[in-house]
Amino acid sequence: MASTPETVAAAPAHGAEHPGLAHHFESYEQQRESASLGMWIFIAQEIMFFGGLFIAYAVYRHMYPDGFAAASAELDVKLGTFNTVVLIGSSLTMALAVRAAQLGRSKASAWFLIATMALGTTFLGVKGIEYHHKYVEHHIPGPSFQFTGEHHGQPVPANQARIFFGLYFGMTGLHALHMVIGLGLLLWLLYHTRKGRFTPDNYNYVEGVGLYWHFVDIVWIFLFPLLYLIGRH
Amino acid sequence: MSSEAAVAEAPHNTHRVHYLNANYGVRSWLLTKDHKRIGILYAISMTFFFAIGGIMAALIRLELATPAGDLVQPDTYNRLFTMHGIMMVFFFLIPSVPATLGNFLIPLMIGAKDLAFPKLNLASWYIFNIGGAITLYALLHGGVDTGWTFYAPYSTSFSNTWVVVTGVGIFITGFASILTGLNFIVTIHRMRAPGMTWFRMPLFVWSHYATSLIMILGTPVVAITILMLAGERLFHIGIFDPAYGGDPVLFQHLFWFYSHPAVYIMILPSMGVVSELVAAFARKRVFGYGFVAFSSLAIAVLGFLVWAHHMFIAGVSVYAALVFSILTMLVAVPSAIKVFNWTATLYKGSVSWETPMLYALGFIGLFTIGGLTGVMLGTLGIDLHVTDTYFVVAHFHYVMVGGVIMGYLGGLHYWWPKITGRMYPVFWSKLAALIVFIGFNLTFFPQFLLGYLGMPRRYHAYPPEFQVLNVMSSAGATVLAVGYILPLFYFAWSMRYGKPAGENPWGAVGLEWETSSPPPPENFEVMPVVVGEAYDYGKKAYSFPKQEAKLG
Repeated sequence: MASTPETVAAAPAHGAEHPGLAHHFESYEQQRESASLGMWIFIAQEIMFFGGLFIAYAVYRHMYPDGFAAASAELDVKLGTFNTVVLIGSSLTMALAVRAAQLGRSKASAWFLIATMALGTTFLGVKGIEYHHKYVEHHIPGPSFQFTGEHHGQPVPANQARIFFGLYFGMTGLHALHMVIGLGLLLWLLYHTRKGRFTPDNYNYVEGVGLYWHFVDIVWIFLFPLLYLIGRH
Repeated sequence: MSSEAAVAEAPHNTHRVHYLNANYGVRSWLLTKDHKRIGILYAISMTFFFAIGGIMAALIRLELATPAGDLVQPDTYNRLFTMHGIMMVFFFLIPSVPATLGNFLIPLMIGAKDLAFPKLNLASWYIFNIGGAITLYALLHGGVDTGWTFYAPYSTSFSNTWVVVTGVGIFITGFASILTGLNFIVTIHRMRAPGMTWFRMPLFVWSHYATSLIMILGTPVVAITILMLAGERLFHIGIFDPAYGGDPVLFQHLFWFYSHPAVYIMILPSMGVVSELVAAFARKRVFGYGFVAFSSLAIAVLGFLVWAHHMFIAGVSVYAALVFSILTMLVAVPSAIKVFNWTATLYKGSVSWETPMLYALGFIGLFTIGGLTGVMLGTLGIDLHVTDTYFVVAHFHYVMVGGVIMGYLGGLHYWWPKITGRMYPVFWSKLAALIVFIGFNLTFFPQFLLGYLGMPRRYHAYPPEFQVLNVMSSAGATVLAVGYILPLFYFAWSMRYGKPAGENPWGAVGLEWETSSPPPPENFEVMPVVVGEAYDYGKKAYSFPKQEAKLG
């Protein structure tokens, strides 16, 4: 906020001369900085939101290490790895889409958005296959839950595995929900990108959704080792 | 504003466009993106929820007028105090000052045209009402009997009431709070007028900044906790229920990680109001401005580190309890800094006894009692003695009602002329302030004694020796109700018949008093430039470059 009285006196008129500049902002710069800061704060609250589940995971991993290791061994590490690669790839295409929008290359931006959506959809599809396996194996917490896994040759109590799977479905389910919302946002971005609404002056929405998408990817980067890899032999 | 312009200003007999007459009709209000109108919408919703919570309180006090449980069944009583707590905490106290006065005033105080995200601001009001409607639905279909704290495993496995639906209502409402906090932080960072540096901001804005940090970092934790609670109740995951290997104390940890800082979400904005009122009616800059500003941030940070003092008897280790006890003492320090600085501001100030000042002085006294009893409760020995007694009830009502509501009402009386452009009757408003103060103390002081004598909270019947104090408390509640209802009448009256207030009826310093009352749709006819410090009584702290250029 270093603007001097002179720049205020020369504040830009809004409307036709400055498309996409909301009436209460003085400049595109102010609008862009506000949008970006707003998104970062939103991500901060998202971290706290997922944080509750991570704390619960830490507490029960500490309390029931054997049960968690046995239950974790039931997850399909190949599909999990595949999905991790897919998601990291989608972060790359998202970053490219943001860069293209920033340079005003809306056609390229649109194609990168489509690639991001394709990768995101692939991730959700694979996740669906994994969920189906768990459903068939009665690993979804509820009345029909069954677990007969072992750790170091010792059977582990079904209660411990149930907490693991409760957290597994809670964490990956919430993550998948964020992916679904992200896909909706990408679709919306694609529509407006093709209408040519985003310019190098005004591409805050692309950048904001990009930040969100990267955040959702990073959550998975934490979920994958915690749920699939720790304690595996 | 230059003196020529002030003379030309006569809001009641020239037609001037302001935010209230810029357009008319239900649509223009329900789809408004003006922070000033949204603040008013919030005030209307919250008054409604406050009335419902108040009716519950009235029934509770009526039941407790006699020792026998003769008015309602024990089950009904459990639902009454639960729904009283839920309505008051989540739907009144948490949004009270920030969503109404904060919404209305922050852009005015920092010289912005609106909050950074006006659409999100409107969305937050809708989210708030949707959450409230869902909670009301649960209430009308039988309510919840877990207490507002939803302790597991009773809430997850035994209670046969509307736990999940109420939880969904609170979950949704939480996002209204998050969006408000997000909007405030971005606005305060990015929308300040030229020259409005951080240390020229009114303390009201500082306290809202601190509040917003808690809203952003605390609220999502209670949201996920409610989701886990619902997951436990619906699918028996085992995360909180010991029957399935879970740990019910984990629920308490997660719940209080938000719900203790939530206390500061409630009180910090009211403290901001009091800073404004004390400066305005002592005609002095707040003593130790920097200390008061940073004490808000200190409260926000330390407030996150004291949650387990709600759990001293819940099975936390002795060492954890010691640490949390010490941290609880620490959080009293920044609160005390504020109280001492307000008092020091009064010293040699030219104090006037306007209605808002009565509330501010009431706040300082009552909050001091509430805060000091909080320190008592933070000591392990006393806490073990009075846990789950009326002592605790009295303590948090002194902070919540004696603090938050006094601040809210004081702020409403202070900025009412700015909001509506009209004054309310002085006599009636001073009478109401007095009635609130007397009624409040009569209601809640006897509860300290009751608790210390051993009367437990949350029972609908009690031994006969407690009756005298309980009757005093119930009588006080009646007085208090009169004090709350009176402003409804004279505020409504003033909107039509009140005398026009002019732009600065209190002669106060602050950007919000530099614009007309009610303010124009974009807050200022000419965007201001700040050249002086906050509360600079006796100096000219603002200039309006465009206009002066025109006049010159």
